[in-house]
Amino acid sequence: MTAYFEVKNITIKFGGLTAVDNVSFDIAEGEIFTIIGPNGAGKTTLFNLISRLYTPNAGHIIFRGEDVTKLSAQQIAGRGIARTFQNIELFESASTLQNLLVGRHRHSTTSTWQDILRLKKVRDEEVAHRRAVEEVMDVLRLQKYRDTPIGGLPYGVRKVVEVARALCVGPSLLLLDEPSSGLNVEETDAMAEWILEINNRLGVTVLMVEHDMSLVSRVSDRVLALNYGRAMALGTSEEVQSHPDVVAAYLGA
Amino acid sequence: MLDFVQQVIGGIALGCVYGLIALGFVLIYKATEVVNFAQGEIMMLGAFLSFTFIATLGLNYWFAFLLCVISMAILGAVMERLVVRPILGYPQFSIVMATIGLGLVIRSLVGIIWGTDDLRIETPFTGGVVRVGSLVLAQDSLSIIVATGLLCVILYAFFRFTRVGIAMQATSQNMLAAYYMGIPVKRMFSLIWSLSAIVACCAGILLAPITFIHANLGFLGIKAFPAAVLGGFGSIPGALAGGITIGIVESLSGFYLPEGFKDVAAYVVLLAVLLWRPQGLFGSNALKKV
Amino acid sequence: MSAHVKTSYQQSEQLFPSRAAAFWYAILTAVMIAAPFVIEPYYLSQLVFVLIYAIVGIAMNILSGQAGQVSIGHAAFLAIGAYTAAISAKYGIPLPVYLVLAGAFTGLIGYLVGLPALRLHGIYLAIATLAFAFIVEEVITRWEHVTNGNEGLMLPPPALFGLKLGPYGFFYLCLGVTVLVILAAINIIRSPTGRAFLAIRDSETAARSMGIDTARYKTTAFAISAAITGTAGVLYAHKLSYISPEMFSLSVSIDFVMIIIIGGMLSLRGAVFGAIFMIMVDPMLIVVKDKVPQMTEAAMQAIHLAEPVARTIQAGVVRVVGAPGLKSLIFGLIIILFIIFEPMGLDGRWSRVKAYFRQFPLYRPTSARAQRMFLKSERNR
Repeated sequence: MTAYFEVKNITIKFGGLTAVDNVSFDIAEGEIFTIIGPNGAGKTTLFNLISRLYTPNAGHIIFRGEDVTKLSAQQIAGRGIARTFQNIELFESASTLQNLLVGRHRHSTTSTWQDILRLKKVRDEEVAHRRAVEEVMDVLRLQKYRDTPIGGLPYGVRKVVEVARALCVGPSLLLLDEPSSGLNVEETDAMAEWILEINNRLGVTVLMVEHDMSLVSRVSDRVLALNYGRAMALGTSEEVQSHPDVVAAYLGA
Repeated sequence: MLDFVQQVIGGIALGCVYGLIALGFVLIYKATEVVNFAQGEIMMLGAFLSFTFIATLGLNYWFAFLLCVISMAILGAVMERLVVRPILGYPQFSIVMATIGLGLVIRSLVGIIWGTDDLRIETPFTGGVVRVGSLVLAQDSLSIIVATGLLCVILYAFFRFTRVGIAMQATSQNMLAAYYMGIPVKRMFSLIWSLSAIVACCAGILLAPITFIHANLGFLGIKAFPAAVLGGFGSIPGALAGGITIGIVESLSGFYLPEGFKDVAAYVVLLAVLLWRPQGLFGSNALKKV
Repeated sequence: MSAHVKTSYQQSEQLFPSRAAAFWYAILTAVMIAAPFVIEPYYLSQLVFVLIYAIVGIAMNILSGQAGQVSIGHAAFLAIGAYTAAISAKYGIPLPVYLVLAGAFTGLIGYLVGLPALRLHGIYLAIATLAFAFIVEEVITRWEHVTNGNEGLMLPPPALFGLKLGPYGFFYLCLGVTVLVILAAINIIRSPTGRAFLAIRDSETAARSMGIDTARYKTTAFAISAAITGTAGVLYAHKLSYISPEMFSLSVSIDFVMIIIIGGMLSLRGAVFGAIFMIMVDPMLIVVKDKVPQMTEAAMQAIHLAEPVARTIQAGVVRVVGAPGLKSLIFGLIIILFIIFEPMGLDGRWSRVKAYFRQFPLYRPTSARAQRMFLKSERNR
């Protein structure tokens, strides 16, 4: 049987630098899988490879038995892989509601012509999109920010909006790039709860990059440690954290 | 064959002017990420000033040249301070539009001050020719090529050896880092505008003898865009190479192709290059980091 | 704060945000319909120009305001629409047919221009559209057996179904087209297409990760914007009843960008405000040219200025006011001053005035200040 999601011997080089070097791992459906590693270990690069913003020099990415290595970024979203960004890439001038509605894009089947004429099909779909978005807002308690432009929201809320937008894509696999960076202790706590809830209640498989080790040990089923673009250790959170190479990498020894 | 060589040399001379205007674009763009659409008008202003100093006041050509350069350096800094500084950090498109507005203002002020007649200046090179075998070359054209070469050497030395030049380079490469290193970034912006006004002014004075001085001279600035884009918009030698390419293409298409092609040749080349290599011939392609 | 709360999903289907808004728009419509019977022919003619500019403004809004793609070559699309109209009319094709035909044909050209836009960003795109406009202008000038070159083309008076449209009829035609274009634009903005535009404008990377085919929507934005501009070109050609290549020069493209800069980039209302402003400049300029020399003379007599000084000043004023470049001087200043002092355009000012009255004693000007993104690099977008 093939794995739910599988990365096989993936490599990318920028000029002379090998940012990700022959990394392989697989994720089971329903798992929360975390990638850790010191700064510059290639974690975000690996994410950008999976969401197809970068093209690997070698290796394959297989999602539900399909090789998605050659698909475009928008096709990846169409397959049900959604992501957030380390430094938040929201649509700044739009409201929270509009941001989440953009997330529903792949569920739209209307053509631009139908949009211009606002046919019944468009109106029906709009109501459906709105319902779906309101459900996500319910889960992440974003209702009171519905019509606020993103530019006017505090950083912590923006992080949550970004997760909400990714959820609106209706993903089966959710990629979270440092969900807790820039959050305070309470916000990180809430984020951990939400990640677990998304995983349990909505049945979404989560792949995340994270620095905060308490969050990592709290939510992750398995952890992969990277250093200099190479896989160092793979296992449960405790196993990886006590792995001698990981300890050495973090202490800089 | 003789015609061909003659056309190519004429094209190089015109191309040097394009290249100098493009150089002005590039200097400002590299440092501030602003594309100055008023560059052509600044060049025109330089040409008109030279007319006032040389023809109206009857000053010595070289002295007038120096006066023009100094006045334009001051004006360039003033323009930066009044128009660009207040909107630093706005979306690029707004700033571009503001410089278009600046260009309109300069053009109409020039029309009001100097009128709309064609003006001419006399230079030490006017009418002179150089013969190489059976080739006859106008000194005016040659003076442009020589002066452009000289200017490049001076600019190179300025960026390479002077404190200010090195600080400018630092500002261009990484504004924030330069700021942290104690470089007065905003003053650098003014200086860069001055420098680019000086380059444009030189282009204007060099061009003046081979065309008339007229309020529409500023439109040459728009012709210099293809040059800058060809050069990748970030590279100083690229801008010159782009300018010379455009000059030659224009000159040859004016000679060998039917009427009308000359005026659009530069833009056709531009579109072709953009489709084939969007980052220009000498530019590098950078991706936004997420 | 705003008082209306959405209580059902269907409510977003409504065209107007509130009852009061619907009421005011109804009044506006009634005023526009009554306009020809009330105002003088000169002002009616100016109003037609306002409508045509408003249509172009909406086209610019969709492309630049909504989708974030820059164009300083839109005069070319206007020209293509106008020449399609003139040539079709020459062959006896009826107006409704070539109104649609011009829109469709210009839309197709816009789609083709959009193709390079896929690979170009910001300033490169602006320059590419500029180049495109020059090439179109040159083609129109040189393709003499079709376009009659520099001599231009005359258009017959506009007619619908054999009936000649007088100035009133033509006004209603323009009004009708404007209303249809506005409705279409509203529908685009509140649909998945409009949200895809918004996404591309704000973050292309995120848009792609949300499954948006950025290439498709960029070309769509160009096609729609061009089609609308082409339609405006038909009306423009009929309004002037004669067209020639120099009427579609770079300065016209700059006028079009000014519409949305002055009006405000982000809303359709801004496009209309900008159109009104742009058209008002000409009549105001006539007044200025008439009155300012007299006024300075009177002022100098009032303060008893010495005769030679007064005469010099007077001569200077007459020279500036009478200069052919006065209009572009004023336009240039308007662009610069608007960008520096009113970056959100007239629409932004309008929203702030409304907010001021609604929150009367509590209003703080800082709550609506334009966000400045200092040192935010667009180089690597």
